[in-house]
Amino acid sequence: MVKFLPLKQAVAENLNDGDSVAFEGFTHLIPTAAAHEAIRQGFRDLTLIRMTPDLIYDQMIGMGMAKKIIFSYVGNPGVGLLRRARDSIENGFPRAIEVEEHSHAGMANAYEAGAAGLPCAVFRGYRGAGLATVNPNIKSVTCPFTGEVLAAVPSIRPDVTFIHAQKADRKGNVLVEGIIGIQKEAVLAARRAVVTVEEVVDNFDDLHPNLTVLPRWTIAAISVVPGGSHPSYAHGYYARDNAAYLEWDEIAADRDKFQAWMQANVIEKSADDFAGRVEHLRKAA
Amino acid sequence: MSGNPGFTPNEMMTIAASRALRNDDVCFVGIGAPSAACNVARLTHAPDITLIYESGTIGTAPDVLPLSIGDGELCETAVTTVAVPEMFRYWLQGGRISIGFLGAAQLDKFGNINTTVIGDYFHPKTRLPGGGGAPEIATSSKEIYITMAQTKRGMVEKIDFFTSFGHGEGGDHRKRLGIDTAGPTLLITDLAIWKPDPMTKEFTVVSLHPGVTRQQVQESCGWVVKFAEALDETPAPSELELKTLRDLQARTKAAHEGNGKAKAA
Repeated sequence: MVKFLPLKQAVAENLNDGDSVAFEGFTHLIPTAAAHEAIRQGFRDLTLIRMTPDLIYDQMIGMGMAKKIIFSYVGNPGVGLLRRARDSIENGFPRAIEVEEHSHAGMANAYEAGAAGLPCAVFRGYRGAGLATVNPNIKSVTCPFTGEVLAAVPSIRPDVTFIHAQKADRKGNVLVEGIIGIQKEAVLAARRAVVTVEEVVDNFDDLHPNLTVLPRWTIAAISVVPGGSHPSYAHGYYARDNAAYLEWDEIAADRDKFQAWMQANVIEKSADDFAGRVEHLRKAA
Repeated sequence: MSGNPGFTPNEMMTIAASRALRNDDVCFVGIGAPSAACNVARLTHAPDITLIYESGTIGTAPDVLPLSIGDGELCETAVTTVAVPEMFRYWLQGGRISIGFLGAAQLDKFGNINTTVIGDYFHPKTRLPGGGGAPEIATSSKEIYITMAQTKRGMVEKIDFFTSFGHGEGGDHRKRLGIDTAGPTLLITDLAIWKPDPMTKEFTVVSLHPGVTRQQVQESCGWVVKFAEALDETPAPSELELKTLRDLQARTKAAHEGNGKAKAA
């Protein structure tokens, strides 16, 4: 049953060295605060799963926490490349990582299959694509009814998934809205799920009945971290800090600059610092 | 280009690309140049065009160009926003997309695209972001439009990795793989408009932008360029098209540099 915990404790209780872990959020609602807490606690040998690895995986890879990465787009969305991830893949710095690469369709289907309790996902994909020749986990099956050859990939079943969401009610049910991405599938596919939220409200009684709500019994722990998605955004709370994504490109380009930035902005900070980072991005009343 | 035509090659590219879109198209939009072209189309001759970004936003009408495919603006202005698995399963795989609009880091003459690696996949010289949604956009959309600025590094005889499949080795290669969609039917660069040869499927220049010479097209392309016998000149941008594009880019610049102040979530 869900527990409300300080983020430090929620991460310590649910993440272990060697885990496969998804910090999901499709551009929106990226669980940055949870990722930074994991960095502060210094986990090692993680298998990092995410469709769009983004800044937080660049940071975790740059800090040497990952042994493997499973992804479908290893870029800084709209800006360019992820330079710490590149350094690791191209130069083995600070360590070499194993790469399992898919398309978005492949990852989305694999999460959905994980949530559905299936061993694999079947879809029409990877036709003529080079990934099918370099990733041994991309295979094919023949439809028993039509004979059509379809792509098959193993389902994604993370040990633990972290997501950020707008709100929880007092019982611990969680509401996600806006670009809902892969949040629901990533939670239901995982053995354990930890959610950071912007706020806790009394109840969801007056909301539309078809909203994306994760019942409290699907979640292990909830931590209240206002601004916890920065520099990503929380629809209805604050805007995406596009300038920070542009700045990251320069920070991550240099190994020393990266280390200094991580020291000052992650290692020496806490989850409480996120609220201040989104003040200027909150919607004008 | 000789003289001052009053517009840049990139502006001509975006506007020429925008003209290819129709009001009743359902367009899966790649970020960057395709996104600008699609929104210029929506703001000029195709007000009812359905723009879809892979973050799940269907029928979006952003006031500024998104930096990423998942900016809040896309969701706020969309007809509906769906989960990513639904986006790829029901809407793309389900066959509801008329045009997939892609950019490319590396392109060959058959419209095959590489955005994955420069060099060997396992020991890359440069690790690029990878395909994202492109491998399935390229095969499940009814047609593919591609837009990119011409360079010899970008337009190459042989791409390093098949991120998304165009016409493969040309001819009926798509059909041989059981792919029943048309694939790349249009390439718009900063210098010209290209269409695949009906038989070989090799991209052929059908229209030169105003002031552009055949030689310029060849000098910035890594394969030997084929030109159509009847070569058109692309009409120059109209005042409305140029103003629409420039206003859109100015709003976008202000919003992205303004740290979100110009447009909150």
